[in-house]
Amino acid sequence: MDLSAINPIILIAALISAATPILLAATGELVAERAGVLNLGVEGMMITGAVSGFIISVNTGSPAIGFAMAAVGGATLSLLFAFLTQVALANQVASGLALTLFGLGISSLLGQNYVGIKPPRMPDVDFGPISDIPVLGQIMFSHDPIVYVGLFIVAGVWTTLKFTRAGLILRAVGENHDAAHALGYKVKRIRTLAIMFGGACAGMGGAYISLIRVPQWTEGMTAGVGWIALALVVFASWKPWRVLLGAYLFGGITQLQLNLQGAGIAIPVEYLAMSPYIVTIVVLVILSADKSRAPGSLGRIFHASQ
Amino acid sequence: MIRFEKRPQPSRLSSLATPLLAVMATMVFGGFLFAVLGKDPVQSIVTIFWEPLFGEFAFYYRPQLLIKGAPLVLIAIGLALGFKAGVWNIGAEGQYIMGAIFGAGVGLAFYPTESFWVFPLMILAGAFGGWMWATIPAILKVKFGTNEILVSLMLVYVAEQFLASMSLGLLKNPEGFGFPGSRNLQQYASAHNTDIIAGSGMHWGVVAALIAVIFAYVLLARHRLGFAIRVTGEAPRAARFGGVNPSRLILFCLGISGMLAGLAGMFEVSGPAGQITIDFNVGYGFTAIIVAFLGRLHPIGIMFAGLLMALTYIGGDIAQSQLQLPAAAIQVFQGMLLFFLLAFDLLTNYRVRIGSSEFPT
Repeated sequence: MDLSAINPIILIAALISAATPILLAATGELVAERAGVLNLGVEGMMITGAVSGFIISVNTGSPAIGFAMAAVGGATLSLLFAFLTQVALANQVASGLALTLFGLGISSLLGQNYVGIKPPRMPDVDFGPISDIPVLGQIMFSHDPIVYVGLFIVAGVWTTLKFTRAGLILRAVGENHDAAHALGYKVKRIRTLAIMFGGACAGMGGAYISLIRVPQWTEGMTAGVGWIALALVVFASWKPWRVLLGAYLFGGITQLQLNLQGAGIAIPVEYLAMSPYIVTIVVLVILSADKSRAPGSLGRIFHASQ
Repeated sequence: MIRFEKRPQPSRLSSLATPLLAVMATMVFGGFLFAVLGKDPVQSIVTIFWEPLFGEFAFYYRPQLLIKGAPLVLIAIGLALGFKAGVWNIGAEGQYIMGAIFGAGVGLAFYPTESFWVFPLMILAGAFGGWMWATIPAILKVKFGTNEILVSLMLVYVAEQFLASMSLGLLKNPEGFGFPGSRNLQQYASAHNTDIIAGSGMHWGVVAALIAVIFAYVLLARHRLGFAIRVTGEAPRAARFGGVNPSRLILFCLGISGMLAGLAGMFEVSGPAGQITIDFNVGYGFTAIIVAFLGRLHPIGIMFAGLLMALTYIGGDIAQSQLQLPAAAIQVFQGMLLFFLLAFDLLTNYRVRIGSSEFPT
C-alpha cells in the first residue's frame, strides 16, 4: 500500500467535484422540503437528468445544452410527482417511491442505445493566472462551470429563503399550510414550483455524474446518490450552507475511498465501496436527535376544504 | 370547476375498483409507450398478459407464475404490515440479499453432508439474515429516531456490496474454475428447494407465501396486534392512548418484513436461482413495494397483485424475445402501474364534484 500516492491537494480538488451531484440534488430537495413537500423521488429525477443530459449532449455536442435539458428532464419528471401529491392528493412517501421506480425504468429505456459512448467533454472555466496560484488555485479555480453553478445555487437559495419575500412565503407554506392558505397564498402552486425546482436541481446533479464524473452512461449509475442527498437535507437541518458542508463531507468520503482503492489498501474493494452508505447511516443517527428544525407541514397533504 | 370533497370514510367500492382501473389505464398508456417504441401495442399487451396464461407454451409459463410470484407476495406481505402502521421499510431488497447469503451460507457450510436437517436450518438462517438486516433500521429508529426509510435503503447498497464480496470471496465455489459465484445448490440434494410436485413450480417458497398470506390475514382481521397496526397507521395518537407501544410495533413490523424478505431470498437462492452470484438479486424487493400498494395492503389483494406482477415479468420476457421489446420497457410499465394506482386512489378518499359551491365546508 502506498498512501503517499494520495495527494491532499488533488484530493480536496476532487472532492469538490465529487460533492457536486449530491450538493445540487440536496439543495433542490431542501427547497421542496422547506415548502413542506417530502419528495423521495430524488434518485429517479437524478437518473432521468443523467440520461436526458447525456443524450442531448451526445447529439448536440454541447454539454451546456445537455445540462440545461437535464434540468428540464428532472423538472418534467417531478411534475408527475407534483400531479400525484398536489392534485391527486396521494401519499407523498408512496408517490416519491413511484417516481424513483419509474425514473429508473424510463432512464434505462431511453439510454439503451447510449451505453459505451463517450460524451463531449466540458472544459474547465478559464480563470487565467488565478488558477496557477499554488494550492488555492488548484483547489478553488480548476473546475468545470457546473461546480460554480452549484455553489451559486446554494448561495441563491440561502439568500432567497432568508432575505426575500418569496422565501418567506415558501417557508410559511412549509411551516403551516393552513395558515398560509388562510393568508391567501396559493399553497399548491407554490409547492408545485418548489417541486419543479427540486427536480431541475436533481436532474443537473444526475447529469453531472453521467457527463463529468464518470463520464458515460450505464444503467442505474446514480447508485443511491439521490438517497444520500435526501439524508443530507436531514443532516443539514434544512439549512443551505450546512448542505454544502455535508456534501463536501460525503464527497470527501467517496473520493477518499476511491483513492484508497487505487492505492491498494488491504481492505477489499467491496467494503470500501460500502463506506459512503454506512457513513450516511452513522451521520443520520448522530443528527436525528434534533428534529425540531423540520418544517412543520413536511409530508402532510394539503386539502383546502379541511 | 372540479372540486374534491373528502369522504368521511374511504369508499369500499372504489377501493376495490381502483386497482382494476389502474391496470387498465396502464395497459392503455403502456400500449401507447410500446407504439412509440415501434411495436404493435395490441400485440404487445396480448403477449404480456395472455401468452403466459393461455398461449401455446402456457404449460411452461404457468409454473413460472408461482416461481416469480412467491417472492413478490412474501416480501409484499411484510412490507404491507409496516406500511399500514406507517413504518416504511423500503430496503426489502437488502434484506432479501442478506437472507439469501445467510441461507446459502449455512447450506454451503454443511456441503456435502446429506441430511434432512440442512434445509430447515437454511430456512432459519435465511429468516434470521433478513430479520437482522431489518432490525438495524428498527433499532436505530426506536433508539435515536432515525428515519427508517433512508437507513433501510442505504443498507440495500451495503448488502449489494456484501453480496459481491461473498460471491467473490468466502462463498465462492472452490471448484468453479475461478468464476465468481457459489456452488450450485440445485446440485446439492439436501439444500435444494425443489418443486413439491414436480414441474408445477410449487416450491417451498410458494408454500411459505401462502402461509404468510393466511397469517397476515388472521393477524390483521382477528388479532389484537393487527388492530394495533391499523390504529397506529390511521391515528398514531389514539393508538398511544390506547396502550400501543410504538417502539415494539416498529420492531415487530420491520422485523417481520425483514424476516419474510430474507425467507424470499433464501428460497430463491436455493431453488430457482441456485447459487449466490454478484447480480443474484433482480429487484424483487423494490417491485414488491408496487405489489403491496396494488394489493391495497390487504393480504388477499397482495396475493393477486403478486401474481399479476409475476405475469408482467414473464410476459415481459416473452415480449422481449418475440417482439424485441426492451427489458426496461417492462420496468417502466410496472412503474406506471403504481402511478395510476396512486392517482386513482383519489376516488377512494375523495368525492369528485363538478360545479362550484358557494360555501365550501
